[in-house]
Amino acid sequence: MPLITYREAIRHALSEELDRDPNVVIMGEEVAQFNGAYKVTEGLLAKYGPKRIVDTPISEAGFIGAGIGASMLGIRPVMELMFWSFYSVAFDQILNNAANVRYMSGGQINCPIVIRGPANGGTNVGATHSHTPENVLANHPGVKVVVPATAYDAKGLLKSAIRDNDPVFFLENTMLYGEKGEVPEGEYTIPLGVAEIKRAGTDLSIITYGRSVLYALAAAERLAAEKKVSVEVVDLRSIRPLDVDTVLASVARTHRVLIVEEQKPFASVGAQLAFTIQREAFDELDAPIHRVTTVDAPAIYSSPVEIEQLPTPNRVYLEALKVLA
Amino acid sequence: MSTKSTASSVTPQPEGAKGPGDPRQAPINARLKPADKIELYRTMVRIRRFEERSLRAYQAKKIGGFLHLYIGQEAVAVGCCSLMGPNDHVITAYRDHGHAIAVGMDTKPLMAELYGKITGCSKGKGGSMHYFDPSRNFWGGHGIVGGQIPLGTGLAYALKYKGLKGAAMAFMGDGAVNQGAVHEAYNLAALWDLPVIFVIENNGYSMGTSQARSSAGDLARRAEGYHMAWGVCNGHDVLEVRSVMNEFLQRAREQSKPAVVEIKTYRYRGHSVADPDRTYRDKSEIEEYQRTKDPINVYRTALITNKVFDEAAADQIDTEARAEADVAADFAEASPFPTADDIQKDVYWETDNPSQRTSGGRLFFT
Ligand SMILES: Cc1ncc(C[n+]2csc(CCOP(=O)(O)OP(=O)(O)O)c2C)c(N)n1
Ligand SMILES: [Mg+2]
Repeated sequence: MPLITYREAIRHALSEELDRDPNVVIMGEEVAQFNGAYKVTEGLLAKYGPKRIVDTPISEAGFIGAGIGASMLGIRPVMELMFWSFYSVAFDQILNNAANVRYMSGGQINCPIVIRGPANGGTNVGATHSHTPENVLANHPGVKVVVPATAYDAKGLLKSAIRDNDPVFFLENTMLYGEKGEVPEGEYTIPLGVAEIKRAGTDLSIITYGRSVLYALAAAERLAAEKKVSVEVVDLRSIRPLDVDTVLASVARTHRVLIVEEQKPFASVGAQLAFTIQREAFDELDAPIHRVTTVDAPAIYSSPVEIEQLPTPNRVYLEALKVLA
Repeated sequence: MSTKSTASSVTPQPEGAKGPGDPRQAPINARLKPADKIELYRTMVRIRRFEERSLRAYQAKKIGGFLHLYIGQEAVAVGCCSLMGPNDHVITAYRDHGHAIAVGMDTKPLMAELYGKITGCSKGKGGSMHYFDPSRNFWGGHGIVGGQIPLGTGLAYALKYKGLKGAAMAFMGDGAVNQGAVHEAYNLAALWDLPVIFVIENNGYSMGTSQARSSAGDLARRAEGYHMAWGVCNGHDVLEVRSVMNEFLQRAREQSKPAVVEIKTYRYRGHSVADPDRTYRDKSEIEEYQRTKDPINVYRTALITNKVFDEAAADQIDTEARAEADVAADFAEASPFPTADDIQKDVYWETDNPSQRTSGGRLFFT
């Protein structure tokens, strides 16, 4: 299978869906002539023209709202947020309009929009540009939230997201754009709401998603080498819908759980997971559930400290030892 | 110094704000002593040398993340901030190094902030986009496009509320004018007669998008929809910036009236240091600005022609500015980073002042 980057995988998904469905439109700041702030949409304007690849002014509430409106009439807009951090400017559109319109219309109106872009810290750009809003988004019934960790997952999940009839928020990661992975040439999709066991194990389940998957895998290797511990790594891939069955099956195998997330801890995705696990698999647990999160503060700018604020393989390793103790 | 100011205009308003005429004749400039003129020049040069030094530090990987340079736009911040009285305030976006130096911040902590050091002006917590110094009436440094504009309106609200004769200058770029929050702020300012000047630093581009591709209509003229006064001025001439801005600032301070002023300027560097700057404009366009409109060269020539200083004195200022930038970089280099213990400081007033805490309960979580 060809090795391509996470960035290219997303681009391939966009291109294939543009080919497949004439109602797919790509919109966002700098996506067309500039080829994307992070070059995800590179070459698409040349291939598909300005009707389908549309540059917008810096007006997130306006263009995201317009995309939501267009989706109500059957367009399938794939909106790029240069950073998910800028979603707050369009908060009302995203979480009042997109999330509620189906419900408030008694199911008469659908909103098949995708909003995608990077949502991560670790790039030395400070608190305004380092938000990870998957928990905030997923708190709203009516929306779907996807956070791919690999190139293969990114492509298959994005294609499903574009075909989905509900609003799907697709959270990428600038630190992953250059990561390579095996991606088949041909058509494939990955359904939303299906987790994947990225590494099988018997002693501890690390439940995670996004870039933290890579850290969990690194920590798992070290635990195997240094402590002869067998760690299972469950990549959620999709936050809502959430594949609770795969999580519970893993817990039933290992009886110990560590959640790792690049999230602030309060009311995080991990907090919901921990509740669900203790509620539905209490008797399976041999130890309290532990968690590695972002240290609870706005994102610090200073680069060496920022790294420490986020999950690291070492923090995952040390916390895993505590769960196993 | 250009003697004409063809680009300048102010729409007739009930209050009768007028165009600047020859900026040198404007009383605000005519009264400048030679030392004041030299100081304006020196501040522009200090900004440029500081930023050139920060660019080298970025290239040497001492600085990471985003670095948005102000090079080419110096006359705007220097002209505007040179007019500040004790009750005048400034707020701007992420391209904030020029404003920070223009309001009088020391370059050592500014450079240290870029390096992410604890001695930085925000203790290494904010970075390039998030400079602050409330002691100098400088309220940042804001990373979200347009987000600072309602805050600037609020500064003006506070001035009026307290009965202080001052004005707020809220700076934004030509791309920011299309944010909804900007329009909401315009309406509030006009509706409530707030002493705020919305300053559009029109450098022609928002990232890779030219003004023509991002904005319908004229930028400053949008003020008319809110019955606000507005003006356009040449931002390559520090004296014209001063004369135009002074009229609006006086009006704001004396009559509590808002205005929108579009200052035409140009950035020489990419949007940020990470922008390869190859796709959306020609090199020749940049070179033309550098050759004919560079705000530092224009003013230097004028000061030499008018015998305010000579070549040697101008060169001396430049040498000193370079030395200052090197000292700032050495200071940044020698300073320590914050530690993991600093991450949760400066989040809540109460946890930083535990003896005065009045709330109960847990504030931080793991
Ligand atoms: C809400 C929001 N959207 C997008 C961005 C990304 N961004 C940062 S600067 C910028 C261009 C702004 O251009 P302009 O207002 O002209 O200011 P200039 O950079 O030219 O000083 C963009 C799109 C952002 N920081 N915030
Ligand atoms: Mg601009």
